[in-house]
Amino acid sequence: MKITVTLNGKRIEAEITPDMMLLDFVRSQGMKSVKRGCDTGNCGLCTLWLDDKPVLSCSTLAARANGKKVTTLEGVQEEAKEFSDFLAGEGADQCGFCSPGFIMAVLALKKENPNPTAEEMKEYLAGNLCRCTGYQSQYRALCKYFGIQEV
Amino acid sequence: MYTMKNYVQVQSLEEAYELRTKNKNNVILGGNLWLKMTTRDLSTGIDLCNLGLDRIEEDESGYAIGCMCSLRDLETNVSMETEFGGAVKDALRHIVGVQFRNTATVGGSVFPRFGFSDVLTLLAALDCEVELFNKGRVSIKDFILDSPDHDILVKVMIKKDKRKVVYETLRMTETDFGVLNCAVSVKDGKYTIVLGAAPRKAKMVEVDPCSNWEDKEAKDAWLEEVVNQYIFGTNMRGSKEYRRAMAKVLITRAVDRLGV
Repeated sequence: MKITVTLNGKRIEAEITPDMMLLDFVRSQGMKSVKRGCDTGNCGLCTLWLDDKPVLSCSTLAARANGKKVTTLEGVQEEAKEFSDFLAGEGADQCGFCSPGFIMAVLALKKENPNPTAEEMKEYLAGNLCRCTGYQSQYRALCKYFGIQEV
Repeated sequence: MYTMKNYVQVQSLEEAYELRTKNKNNVILGGNLWLKMTTRDLSTGIDLCNLGLDRIEEDESGYAIGCMCSLRDLETNVSMETEFGGAVKDALRHIVGVQFRNTATVGGSVFPRFGFSDVLTLLAALDCEVELFNKGRVSIKDFILDSPDHDILVKVMIKKDKRKVVYETLRMTETDFGVLNCAVSVKDGKYTIVLGAAPRKAKMVEVDPCSNWEDKEAKDAWLEEVVNQYIFGTNMRGSKEYRRAMAKVLITRAVDRLGV
């Protein structure tokens, strides 16, 4: 079956199979930042935006993206760079495997709620797991990025 | 991961029902989160996404929540937050993460009647019905007792009946399934107490309030009487004895928060 998707601002048409996941579709289009982590819908690594809302691409059918706007980390380079500097400043980027999905969630939060409290921030990002940092360095980076006093 | 030969965005519920009943391997697609975890060889995935069922309609009597609304749509609905004092948000905020709740649908969360369901536990404490394509409107209580079949859940209807409701959950970690879920509502002096993840399907009981909540003996006797109406089980998240003890704690917290 054929779908038409606006992927990172570019309109593309492609053939997919009915059971293809959005994750595999965007990777087939060269968006290799999107990765399969747990494949159970729990780790947030595959997060991208579907019509500007963060979703799990490992569990979303590519067919459902037909006619919609899909945004991956490759499509938000400038904003990602800004936040990445905060991450690097706190030494929060270790293996970096979880960073693409995490950054997409952080930028989604910024759009939805530019001035979150520490609790709101933690709750919004609870669906993004990191296997190596222990979260403290990420937490410091986030507090600086959002202008929150660390608690 | 399953395999799926065909994908159809249906134009009507009639078309969806016809497809659903034609072949047991034709499935209604919700958020695809649980379905994806199976290894089934599916024939046709039936998508209701073009039927306008991704909206929450509201009038003075209540809400009609389309089955394709996401859990995040419910969680962020301002009117429901006000009407139910934050209980909807409390029930949903711990379910994995925002991207999960943007992906999961109300239909996919409610129709399978999962024992761990936070959504079902909450709904059972409200004056709630589900609208099924074939069976029509069914009370949430009867719906929970029934098993999933070939019907299609179209909408969830919640009445605004001025009840107060609170939601409590016990989790080992922030985004895990609940060890025990608890919703308590009060209307006209009667409590509706629902326990979910016990680990069975959510069960509701209606009880009169404790005669004297401030008196420890009366309170303990009342809690004992309440929890005796549930059957608790053991699984990897907790033993039946632990769940029984924790049920009293969650109910106490809920009653305290209700303040009536």
